[in-house]
Amino acid sequence: MQFGAVTIWGMVVGAIWGAVWMVVIGVLLMLVSGLVVQPPVSFALGLGLVLALASFWVKTRWTGRTALLILCAAAFVGLMAITLGQPFGVGLGAKPIYQIAAALVFSAALGASVHLGLDGYTGATVSRYRFELLVLRLLKGLGFVIFTIVVALPFYVMVMTSLKSQQTLLANPLDFSIDLTQGGASLFRSYIELFTQYHFGTFLMNTAIVSVFTVVITLAFAIPGAYAVARLRFKGQAFLSRSILLIYMVPAIVLVIPLYAVFSQAGLRNSLTGLLVVYPATTIPVALYMLQGYFRGLPSELEEAGLMDGLSRIGVILKITLPLSLPALASVALYVFMIAWNEFLFAFMFLDDLDMFTLSRGVVSLNSSEVPRQHLMAGAVIATVPVLVLFLWFERFLVSGLTAGSVKG
Amino acid sequence: MTQPTPPTHRGSLERREAKLAYVMLIPTFLIVFSIVLGPLLANFWISTKPVELGDLRSARVMVNESIRPRPAAAGDEVMVRYRVRNSSQTEPITGATLTDTLPAGLVIGAAPAGCSVSGQTVSCDFGTLDPKQRFDVMVPVTVQQAYLDNGIRPRDDKAVTTGRSQNVLTSLEFTTENFRKVFDGAEFWTVLRVSLYYTIFGTVGALVLGLFAAQLLNTAFKGRNILRGLFLFPYVAPVIAVAFAWVLLLDAGPGGTFNAMLIQMGVTDGPINFLGQRAVPFTVLGLTFEFPLALTTVIAFEAWRYFPLSFLFILARMQSVGGEMYEAAEIDGATPFQQFWSISLPQLMGILAVLFLLRFIWTFNKFDDIFLLTGGAAGTRTLTVDVYEQAFALSNLGAGAAVAVVVFVVLLFFALIFFKFSPQDDG
Repeated sequence: MQFGAVTIWGMVVGAIWGAVWMVVIGVLLMLVSGLVVQPPVSFALGLGLVLALASFWVKTRWTGRTALLILCAAAFVGLMAITLGQPFGVGLGAKPIYQIAAALVFSAALGASVHLGLDGYTGATVSRYRFELLVLRLLKGLGFVIFTIVVALPFYVMVMTSLKSQQTLLANPLDFSIDLTQGGASLFRSYIELFTQYHFGTFLMNTAIVSVFTVVITLAFAIPGAYAVARLRFKGQAFLSRSILLIYMVPAIVLVIPLYAVFSQAGLRNSLTGLLVVYPATTIPVALYMLQGYFRGLPSELEEAGLMDGLSRIGVILKITLPLSLPALASVALYVFMIAWNEFLFAFMFLDDLDMFTLSRGVVSLNSSEVPRQHLMAGAVIATVPVLVLFLWFERFLVSGLTAGSVKG
Repeated sequence: MTQPTPPTHRGSLERREAKLAYVMLIPTFLIVFSIVLGPLLANFWISTKPVELGDLRSARVMVNESIRPRPAAAGDEVMVRYRVRNSSQTEPITGATLTDTLPAGLVIGAAPAGCSVSGQTVSCDFGTLDPKQRFDVMVPVTVQQAYLDNGIRPRDDKAVTTGRSQNVLTSLEFTTENFRKVFDGAEFWTVLRVSLYYTIFGTVGALVLGLFAAQLLNTAFKGRNILRGLFLFPYVAPVIAVAFAWVLLLDAGPGGTFNAMLIQMGVTDGPINFLGQRAVPFTVLGLTFEFPLALTTVIAFEAWRYFPLSFLFILARMQSVGGEMYEAAEIDGATPFQQFWSISLPQLMGILAVLFLLRFIWTFNKFDDIFLLTGGAAGTRTLTVDVYEQAFALSNLGAGAAVAVVVFVVLLFFALIFFKFSPQDDG
């Protein structure tokens, strides 16, 4: 091995990984096992530092997978030695299986990070290019870890809280371990209670009805509109295709007061019909904008051929344009569905009766001190799962829909 | 030979095409005008009215019908009583009338003053009802056996009432009181400042996170699609779900996971009230500054929830940049950061500018997130939350509409800037 600037920087990289993995694995161990631990972060930092130094030497003798395995093993032995057999600051007697598993995961993660992060470096001073590559690897690695945790943690807490009981949560808020021996009925008690006592079946039904009809109405309005803007020549065409964007910059909160006043007096306020008037009105401009962009991209020769062969305009739209734009229709439909399903403000302002509640409105009504918080989180899960499943199922369409028309949110 | 010229007037085909276009656009126009543009203008109208939430229930003639004493046998002479009242505390009702049909088996005696009887139907004309006025109208009836047998009671058939009252919303009185109230308080400028902080830092935060995430996923590797899907979760999930998950996660009371974590790690001694504490004082070089804690938390939430969107756009743009430029830079010896700074960033500038402007406007418009996280407390009240506070929490619709007008004007200002600087047909 050679000594140089990278020897020092490599040790910094190792130290950072040591500390990061100790925090991450320590917290994960707490959340999964319910054990209260004291992750020895400074020890782990030192361990990473030494391991990085050692890796330069290891690489002079072994390569590839062997070197990786040696580093991981060294990390494990080092961790056990440096913490005197208490890898997470508490005796191994408590939940030993979880602790050993966590220590192994920590060692593997640290070993792999050091190995991959310093792969190709001998410790000797390198050019600026190679040095920046080293920094970049560290940043990317940290980025993956931090982004994944930050994105996933709230969802993890949401799901796990919904499966716990208020007492255990208050006793130890870090304990998200699930006791699988208690049986399904007890595990999913919050969900069962929501459906049997809190009318969540009705809410789910209402939300589904509102969302599906919003999609249908939006498409029924937006398809002819988009076609007209994209294909037909008329006065104001250019103006329309630009100004339609302006409409979806109008904030919903500005519309709420007048709509509330009018809907109250027209008797539309506390009804799904009211929502089915408002939701399409807010989604039609977006849908129209997305669809007209797609229609424009279709070759107009196809439609002209249809016209020549005697089809009417309507026939052309139904028989040529729409079948060609199925992917765009799917994107728009999914995007509109997502907006309608997730909508909160109008549902919150307009709906008073339990029978009319959508999921958004229903979950908000659970946010009170009388309702245990696992119910609130179970409600949140019920509201989230359908839209996430749909999203994962049709990710391709939804992603293109999101990028095509939506800077809205 | 004459030179062919384009036609100077519109031909019939062209006219037919335009007509078809209008027909196809009419439904969209109607719904957008009535639900979006109409209310937008209505705000200006409402903002000049002294209207409270309670005024929406216009004054009506309320009537409660009962028969007393309870008839026991045929031939009893009892009274049908109508309790009439004006539902409004402030507005008189003119031309108040009542019409009711009594069930068979009740023989109506003398009609009370102001009322007339024809068959089983009683009609009364009360003229004008003063605010809060209430009185009883008694109609004497004789009970027959048929009434006791058929089980139909007077209440089963609702009495019909009519009446006209002034509606504050349609009156022609105007006031500037709402705007004075909105601009008077020192609070308004705080709210405006908070709005701007939230908008600027929320937008920049989401963009920077999105840029970073896009860098991470720009290279192909195993599991990239899974990560991309995961990174989109915050945006796709309903706002109520993620907002409440954050609220529970950051809870300062017993049971708050994040605070328990921090205490366990030894970062803090006591729980930090991330969503409830307005400011944390801290001292640098002998100067004391206030760190706006709750506002920072809601900004972090905004950045967390909307980074997926900028991430998607930036990633799409990055993948359309060809590799040749990077190859050329490599040969010239450019380092990775130099490549990012001199090639990637300039390439992304267009989409970043468009994203910034659009997200800026949308963050400014945001209501749900702050409302669900803090309810506008602890120094997080933005203009949009203020609309709700004034109109529905303080029940002053007029003042709420006035704030909404302010929101709209500020927005118009931003939109003008946006259209001035937006590159044509980009994004």
